[in-house]
Formats: sequence, structure tokens, C-alpha cells
Amino acid sequence: MSDSTQPLLKVRDLTVTFGSHRRKLSAVAGISFDIYEGETLGLVGESGCGKSTTGKALMRIVEPSSGTIELEGIELTTKKGKDLRNFRTRMQMIFQDPISSLNPRRRVKDIVAEPLDCWKTVEGAEREALVNDLLSKVGIDPVAYGDRYARQFSGGQCQRISIARSLAMRPKLLICDEMVSALDVSVQAQILNLLEDLKAEYGLTLLFIAHDLAVVKNVSDRVAVMYLGKICEIGPSDTLYESPEHPYTKFLLGAALEADPDSPIHGDVLSGEPPSPMNPPSGCRFRTRCPNATDKCANEEPQLVEIATGHQVACHYPLSTLARK
Amino acid sequence: MYVNEMVEEASVHNRPERKKRLGLLFWICVGWIALNLLAAALANVLPLQNPIFQNYASVNAGPSLHHLLGTDDLGRDIFSRIVFGSRVSIEVSLGAMVIGFGVGAPLGMLAAYRRGKFDSILSSVMYVFLAFPAIIATIAVLSFWTPRSLLKIIVVIGVASIPLVYRVIRSAAMTVATKDYVVAAKVQGATDRRILMKELLPNVAPIGISFLLVGIATVVTLEGALAFLGLSVNAPTPSWGNMINESLAILQTNPWLAIFPSLAMCLFLLCLNFIGDRLRAHFDVSEGKL
Repeated sequence: MSDSTQPLLKVRDLTVTFGSHRRKLSAVAGISFDIYEGETLGLVGESGCGKSTTGKALMRIVEPSSGTIELEGIELTTKKGKDLRNFRTRMQMIFQDPISSLNPRRRVKDIVAEPLDCWKTVEGAEREALVNDLLSKVGIDPVAYGDRYARQFSGGQCQRISIARSLAMRPKLLICDEMVSALDVSVQAQILNLLEDLKAEYGLTLLFIAHDLAVVKNVSDRVAVMYLGKICEIGPSDTLYESPEHPYTKFLLGAALEADPDSPIHGDVLSGEPPSPMNPPSGCRFRTRCPNATDKCANEEPQLVEIATGHQVACHYPLSTLARK
Repeated sequence: MYVNEMVEEASVHNRPERKKRLGLLFWICVGWIALNLLAAALANVLPLQNPIFQNYASVNAGPSLHHLLGTDDLGRDIFSRIVFGSRVSIEVSLGAMVIGFGVGAPLGMLAAYRRGKFDSILSSVMYVFLAFPAIIATIAVLSFWTPRSLLKIIVVIGVASIPLVYRVIRSAAMTVATKDYVVAAKVQGATDRRILMKELLPNVAPIGISFLLVGIATVVTLEGALAFLGLSVNAPTPSWGNMINESLAILQTNPWLAIFPSLAMCLFLLCLNFIGDRLRAHFDVSEGKL
């Protein structure tokens, strides 16, 4: 990386393995990336590629099998007990299902105040004021709706309440796990705008996990593409969308639909299914579906290498080098 | 964006909570149970006849003004014996449920929340116990653990009910424990104890309460069955079960002795089951949603 600033979050060789020795499934197979303060990193990939597991492993909801996670230079993977609980408040997470992420039997005010009550940071009138402030920031009227139960709200409103709750402890990093994919398109836009505003106001850094490429392009400064538990390409979102280097990225972008019905369908369609993560292919994990695969791809696993400033790709034959030949 | 927000605010219908009604029958049932409990508690001060006083002048009498529900073969007042008998049933069922829920419910919630080894070991043990029919087990233990007292009966039935309570509470808690809001609470740094009390318990409690009522009803029948076999409190102390047992020999001459205690038990059970069922439906947040 070119700049000298310390990344906010530094992830190295993170692996998450489920199951015991006989039936092992490596959902995340050694990924490394950095997130810099104030940026939004998009994480995309098809279903089952391990992007949600990555987010959960960062929060240590799922235990990482190996690797390191450093937040502001402090190692998180070895933390335990109260220390771990305390550190979780520096990072927060927003979930995919807005309805299920709020307890239906609790009042909205109490839900938003939950992190404050856990840590007793503020109490009494100050707590009340903070909760009201958070709720009005996300566009929920605290006077009219604050005393309602979570089950009385729509999906979009629930997601707003989730955002308010996650901001209560003023986290540095917000992990958004498919946070808009369960919402209507019109509501999606509102939530994304809200997120953008709050990001500026609270100085947040975002890890935006999603499968919707258009959404990710909109919100992200940089994008990482995952395939079968590995990162195959990371780069600034404009570069990555305009000139993808990894064949998988190209296929993924080609599969995204455009809003213009007259636009020609571009790119080839990827055939086949992703292989089972229980028994991943040797070498490059994408080689079984890659049109450019050679023997080298089967024998040697490609590492992430920097191909341009801030643009890394894990492929023996990046698309730009192929084109030159 | 504020315009957008207002549009959403206006278009989204915030459904006001529809007032759900429990219905008249529910309150009648509650009233009947309350009457039973009150009568059992105040049996000593109520103007009832002595339940063990034997009056040979009126043996096997039918219902009359003097003996509301008639007398048994020893001339004892059936009404007063039913009221005093309800004490045994109620004490045994409440006592047993305190033991059953006191041990089974926390273990079930903990197992559902913790999962892993703790859950699998505990669940296997509980399922082994469940494999014994509770009635056979209680009969076996009570036959040998003499002299029988009310406390021993409560302990035996209570212990026998632990695996059942454990299983019901564990599966109810399991559906809650996998919800995102439990993960969210963890993410916010809540302690395990706080998650169990604030997130799990309120969502498990409605199922727990209705199962508690069904459990009380089951124990009343179980005590009745034990008493019928002569394994409950000793004569002459009345209980619904041993009254029915005593009625066997004189069923042809005095059917009242069989009918009234059975009726008392039957009504008590029906009311409990109905209350439990209504409460479960009433507190079910998913029902009627969307």
C-alpha cells in the first residue's frame, strides 16, 4: 500500500472453519485486507462465498480459526470475557433481517438504549436525551413512536432503529451485513442516504457486505470481491468496475443487470455452480470455471499482488496482461 | 432526503395495537380456578363440616340441604371432603411445578443459549429420563419410599417433571436464541446473563406460562392416579384421587361418591387447559401479524 497512514482495521490470513476434522468446511480461507479510517469498503460475492461469515468473524460472533484482526493496532482475536465485550462496542453490526434484529417484546426506546444500559455510560435524563437524539437522527419520531414495540414497525423503520442502536456507543467501524437486501428498492435508497449522512456526521468507517453490485458501487470507496472463501480482487470501486482484472470479477459485473432495457447484454455468462467449500479445487479456487485456466492455475495458488496503485488481484493471468499479448 | 423520509413516514402504516380480548369464557375459567384456590386456602375457616367426621346415621345419602353433595359410606360429607381434598391436589401440583420449573426451565434456557457440549450432554441425560414413563417411575419410587408424606409425593412428581419442562423450554428458547436480536445484543456487549433475562426470558415466558398451566393439570391427574392406586396421602385424609378410589366398592349403591370428585377434578383441569391455551394465543406476537 502506498500511504503511510495506519489502517483502522487490519485483517491478516483470517480463516473460519466449521465442523470437525472429518467434515471440514472452510467458509473463509485465509483473507487479508485493510480498512482505512473514513472509507467504505464494499465486500461482494455470490451466496455462500463467505462474505457474511467474514463480517461475523470480525465481530467474533463466529470464532475465527486462525489469523489476526487488529482494530487501531490492537489485536482482537485473543481478547476474552469483559475485554471482548468492551471491544465489540468499538465495532457494530447491522443485520440483514430488520424485523428479526429487534426484540418484538421490547420498546423502541429501550432497544436503542440497550448498549447504554449494558455499559451504564449515561443514565437518567441524559440517557433519555441521547436516545431521543439518536431516534430523530434516523427519522423516527421519538415522542410519537418511542414507546411502541418493535413488532409494530415496518422493515425500513426497523432498519432505522437498528442503525440508531448501533450508533449509541459511537463505534469506529460499522459492519453492514446485507443491510438493504431485505428492503424495497425505494426504501433501500432512503436507508443508504441516511447511512451516508450518518457516516459523515459520526465519522464512521464502513464495511459494506452485499451481493447487489449497483448498491455496492454507489456506497463504496473500495471494493473487495470474494469467491469461495478467498478474496480475488480488491481495488478502488471505479477502477474495479471499469477495468476488472480478475476473470471472476468480470463475470460478476457482466451478470449484473442494467437499468436500461435497450442496453445489450454484455459479457459472457458464467457457467456451472461454485464448487463445494468442503472440497475446494487445488490451486486457484476459481480455475474450474475460469476460461483462462491453465496447469499453473491447478498447481499454484495465486496470491494477491498489486497490479496498480491500491488495486490487488489474485490471478496468474490478470485480464490486462492477457489483452496485451 | 428529508422529503423521502416524510414520504416513507406517511406511507408506512404504523399499525396501532388492536385490542385483543380474552373473552368471557376465559374469565369464567379464571373465576372457577380462583374459587377453587380460595376454598382450598380457607377450608379451615369456612363453615364446612368436618371432612373426617363419621356420621353413621346418614350413610350413602344423596344430595340434600344438610349434605349438599351427599355423604359417603361412612357418613362423611362429600362436599367438605372435596374442598379439603382439593388441598392435596393443589399443593402437590404447585409444589411439583415449582421443582420442575425451578430446575428444568433455567437448564433448558441455558442449554438453548449455550449449545455445544453443555447442551448435548444435558439433553442426552434428559432424554434418557424421558424414556421412562413418568407414571411408572413415580409408582415405583413411591411404593418403596415409605412412609409416604405429602412432601415426598411432591418431590417425586417434581423431579419426574424436570425433563419434560426442560424439553419444552429448551425448544422454545432455541427458536429465540437463533434470532438476530440475540446476536445484536451480544454485539452491543451485553453479558450472557443480561441476554438470558432481557432477550430470551420475555420471549420464552408466554410458552412457559401456558405449559405451566398444562403441567399443573397433568400433575393433578397424576396425583389422582397415584391416589387411586393408594400411593398418595393416607386415609382418612381426603384427596380427589382417593375419594374416587373409595367410591369403587360402592359404585352401585352410591354413585355420588364417584361423580362429584370426578366432576371437581374434570372442571379444574378443563379450566386450566383453556386458560393456558388462551394465554398462549393472546401473547403470541407473531399471530395476526402481516
